[in-house]
Amino acid sequence: MDILVVLEDKNGNIHRMSQEAITGAQQIGSEFNLSVGILAMGSNAAALSEQAAQYDVEEVLTLENEHLNHYTADGYGAAVAQVVTNENPKYVFFGYTYQVRDYVPRVSAKLKRPFLNDAVSYSTEGGNPVFSKQVLNAKLVTALQPSDGGPILISFQSAAFSSENIQSGSANARTISVDIDAAVIKTVTEDPFQEEAGGVDLSSAELIVSIGRGIGKEENIPLAQELAKVMGAELASSRPVVDSGWLAPHHQIGSSGQTVAPKLYLALGISGAIQHVVGMKGSKNIVVVNKDPDAPLFELADYGVVGDVLEIIPKLTEALK
Amino acid sequence: MPQFSVSPDGSWIQETGLPFEMNESDNYALEEALQIREQMGDSEVVIVSLGPDRCQKVIREALAKGADRAIHIKEDSPYETDPYSIATALANTIKDEKFELVLSGLQSDDLGFGQTGVILGEILGMTTATLVVGTEIQDGKIKVKRELESGWFQWQTMDLPASLAIQSGLNQPRYPSLKGIMGAKKKEIKESSFAEMCDIDGLQAFNGLSVQRAEKQTEMIEGTVDQVVNKLVDVFKNEIRIN
Repeated sequence: MDILVVLEDKNGNIHRMSQEAITGAQQIGSEFNLSVGILAMGSNAAALSEQAAQYDVEEVLTLENEHLNHYTADGYGAAVAQVVTNENPKYVFFGYTYQVRDYVPRVSAKLKRPFLNDAVSYSTEGGNPVFSKQVLNAKLVTALQPSDGGPILISFQSAAFSSENIQSGSANARTISVDIDAAVIKTVTEDPFQEEAGGVDLSSAELIVSIGRGIGKEENIPLAQELAKVMGAELASSRPVVDSGWLAPHHQIGSSGQTVAPKLYLALGISGAIQHVVGMKGSKNIVVVNKDPDAPLFELADYGVVGDVLEIIPKLTEALK
Repeated sequence: MPQFSVSPDGSWIQETGLPFEMNESDNYALEEALQIREQMGDSEVVIVSLGPDRCQKVIREALAKGADRAIHIKEDSPYETDPYSIATALANTIKDEKFELVLSGLQSDDLGFGQTGVILGEILGMTTATLVVGTEIQDGKIKVKRELESGWFQWQTMDLPASLAIQSGLNQPRYPSLKGIMGAKKKEIKESSFAEMCDIDGLQAFNGLSVQRAEKQTEMIEGTVDQVVNKLVDVFKNEIRIN
């Protein structure tokens, strides 16, 4: 095959980001006449293969190995490097998940082949796809130029492709194997756990007032709390506010926090790093207040104000009372 | 705040007038290293930084916070944008030091690859972990807490030597003391060059930089604070129709 999509297991189901990567492979495959294969591995490989076989791709590869039953970067890095060497596809696609961030750079180093991570889109140049990535805290975008001479590893940012466009069909099945030396596995992983969730489920909130680094200091948090109260909104934040200990982690929106889609997302002093944006870009109305006119979140805003949140919040609270 | 713009040749940004500071997650990685040294006693924290002359400011800041010594791999413009080349330069620089732990920030705010610490570990035969939000030193091993998505976590126990990419927020980075700032002036900063330390062809490069294309038509609200607030209230009530 020309494009190999590596699936991630989410409790026996194909991870949403892997479905988006399959969608991308189908679109790019049909546009550039490239065949698509899917790799399912780990303890749930059989279940994942069965699901993947319902998509319109050339074949689905199933890889089971005792060293892949629990995720380790040691084992997954070694296994994917071997599969890529054996299959020699032009492209290897991944969703840009936290697991992919953890082990795919090792595959890149083992194979000495580029890992273009966090691609947001592609264009066409000289009959080939060219992949773009956001840089400088999402203020700018660049095309990535991979070196020649073998497979190119690519991970896609959330929502680069919509899994609603995934094409159903049929696929051939093939079982493959890799040779992993037990001595390679130098990591023991325990089962994942969730820390006390606490607070509210922000995903069902109608109105959200969300604060970022622009709130300045912990003493200013009550200003935002009062605005949220007056509006009947839930209070949320970007990561730096939680990292600084100003709000509890359950307020955090983004890739490591909650994903929301309220009627109004009022972003106060949030610059708009991609990790935050993926958690709120589905909001129906986005209003952004930031003193930096170059804040990338303005690109998503329906309404924007360049100004100091500390001046605007108290007056807005007063006006809405 | 100066306007943020791309340099005329499209290869990088206009740096003139821009303030620079320590990369955010690197600051947390440094703090974690200092805390581990405080627990372990007999060990040292060494700073390695790749970048142009201006990096000496953050290297001095790290020494002032308590790091013991530093190595500066000097880089001239155009800056390297290939994570494999960057990791190779770092690996060549530290390979003879036999460090038991390498801590790096999860990702840089400028390039944002988030690969360097992992590739460095792979090149030097270390175990690797990213998105690390907690560490516990054990006998000959290290146990780390990794962040997964959506509020999930996982503990893993790794052999040493290990390369850990640290997520922001796991500790409270200290500020340098006056004594630390004075003491930092006497600490060693060894210098080398990127050209000496990286002897390979890169795996990828930037092909031009451009401003993000707007995804939406944004209506900008302008005026005095009172005018802006009145307009926002009008938008909330009459356009978005919040109750």
